[in-house]
Amino acid sequence: MVEQLELQKRKIILKLNGVKKYFPIKSGLLRRVQNHVKAVESVNLELYEGESLGVVGESGCGKSTLGRAILGLEPLTEGKISFRDEEIQDLKRKEKLRFVKEMQMIFQDPFASLDPRQRVGDALSEVFSIHTNMGARERKEAVLKLLGEVGLKEEHYDRYPHEFSGGQRQRIGIARAIALNPSFIICDEAVSALDVSVQAQVLKLLKTLQEKYHLSYMFISHDLGVVRYFCNRVLVMYLGNTVELAEVEELFKEPLHPYTQALLSAIPRPSVNTKVQRVRLQGDLPNPANPPTGCPFHTRCPVVKDICKTEKPQWEEYTSGHFVACHYAGTSIVSGEV
Amino acid sequence: MRETLLEVNNLITEFRTADGNVQAVRDVSFFVKKGETLCIVGESGCGKSITSLSIMGLLPNNGIISGGEIKYENQAIHALNAEEKRKLRGSKISMIFQEPMTALNPVLTIGYQLREPFMLHHKVNKKQANIQGIELLKQVGIPYPEKRMKQYPHELSGGMRQRVMIALALAGNPGLLIADEPTTALDVTIQAQILDLINSLKEKLDMGVMFITHDMGVVAEVADRVMVMYGGKKIEEGSVEEIFNQPRHPYTIGLLNSVPNVDDPEFELEPIPGSLPSLTEQISGCRFHPRCQFATEQCRITAPTEFEIGNDHNVSCWLVEEEASNNGRAIGVAKA
Repeated sequence: MVEQLELQKRKIILKLNGVKKYFPIKSGLLRRVQNHVKAVESVNLELYEGESLGVVGESGCGKSTLGRAILGLEPLTEGKISFRDEEIQDLKRKEKLRFVKEMQMIFQDPFASLDPRQRVGDALSEVFSIHTNMGARERKEAVLKLLGEVGLKEEHYDRYPHEFSGGQRQRIGIARAIALNPSFIICDEAVSALDVSVQAQVLKLLKTLQEKYHLSYMFISHDLGVVRYFCNRVLVMYLGNTVELAEVEELFKEPLHPYTQALLSAIPRPSVNTKVQRVRLQGDLPNPANPPTGCPFHTRCPVVKDICKTEKPQWEEYTSGHFVACHYAGTSIVSGEV
Repeated sequence: MRETLLEVNNLITEFRTADGNVQAVRDVSFFVKKGETLCIVGESGCGKSITSLSIMGLLPNNGIISGGEIKYENQAIHALNAEEKRKLRGSKISMIFQEPMTALNPVLTIGYQLREPFMLHHKVNKKQANIQGIELLKQVGIPYPEKRMKQYPHELSGGMRQRVMIALALAGNPGLLIADEPTTALDVTIQAQILDLINSLKEKLDMGVMFITHDMGVVAEVADRVMVMYGGKKIEEGSVEEIFNQPRHPYTIGLLNSVPNVDDPEFELEPIPGSLPSLTEQISGCRFHPRCQFATEQCRITAPTEFEIGNDHNVSCWLVEEEASNNGRAIGVAKA
């Protein structure tokens, strides 16, 4: 009960309502739209202030598209996105600028997002010249402060991107993202390209910044170990559909959806003492342009029943704060029992 | 005692660059036995891939093996000429790579590429090669193998392509399979399938497997023995249980503490400070000392030698050696 009260007390910063994103497939002489790739299928989601929401799933499950859609980098096919109770999906370019300051993104490959011929300090000060009316000296001071904030040194101001290591480049990416004091940051596989020893440093940095500036993160990753360490709640996606959402503890302890169970059992554990019973999923992900009827997971589900093939399960709250879309939620894929 | 398949002694691989010669592999020795999996672990630039390319004789033009020897079934193979090396590859030692799409030829069918090794190594005709190819695809768990033989690489998914790569590598009945990050580009559920496949093939065919990875989770899953590399050097080697339960080198301990544990919610990350050294960087003494919190004066001046602490567990660290001579006084026991 106490927990539930706490849940209600938390402020909602971002709300998604039936968000859909379809990409048209054009072919033939007239480039007619033949079909759609259903990248994101009606996602309903609430994100609280100061929390880290992990979004996990295999490649092609739509997790990155969802992130890009929230920031307005992809126009929505359908649905509404509200940020602090204001709908932002149809805003014009100028009005959007206000929200750009509030919502930022950290990309997987920071080298690709830096101009190789621009000094890092100049690249960072550009942020301030666009969004603020600071003078040149003020800008430089702000950038130097930023560099210190993400664990870089003052002398890095005059260097070019190629002079930095992968971890340092990601720090520059983080510096850019936090420059304007945003309240919400999407990390799209932000640590996936880094070596483990450096990955751990960057995760620590992101956590420190979160505490200091009360940031909310949407942490898109395929690495469940990192998600468990970093996030408060986890959303599992499969083929554009949200299949499960729960507090991180609960999801790892009692996964309800068969896909989540299979995903958890497939992670290679860095330990030789615990041998868990493994359930291996057969086959590959279906084509998102031609998704299976009924439950999208039924082609690979080890506990599939007839109804799964025809009827799509609803996104429902199974227990408080634990959402799942499955006709037989809670069925163990190991024993087949509920 | 199982037969030793591959033996590498004091291997040194160098690259000629504009800045002079750069050593990518510095005096590394190890062995692989029949029917066992040796995992080589390390982060980027530690020399793990170059070690495997040296064994295969696939070094780029500016790379040379400037010291040491590589023996396969007691025969030196590092000094063979190009033609002899070509015969060795595929029939004795095969390799699978990280990105199967770049390793497969996009304009030839799977069938064409799969028949080739049979026709080259076993001198069979096309029809028989086709039958054997289909048999192999079945063995690596590809559904509808007859249909797949006529398809092109782009028609298959990532996991399927990696299975085709494994089938290709197995076509010449090799004794040793070198797998260079074969699952890094795959999703976890597919990765689990491929790891299971490699494990079961290893047992069925009694192959030696040299598995290169940076993922400690994968190591725990497939390895019999583990070799940890840092900055071109071997720093620790031992059975998989020894490495995970009693890691001794500060870097191995740091590596294990940098991987978030999925099963332990209380797990706290302990990153290794600093960043990876580049190959050209001149570091005196132990190559890890600038990032090591236990580094002493000795570490800064002289490079540690390999030291055996029992159970075939070798460590190159002054602290471990010192501790052994002092009998006790733990330096840094990893969190279990």
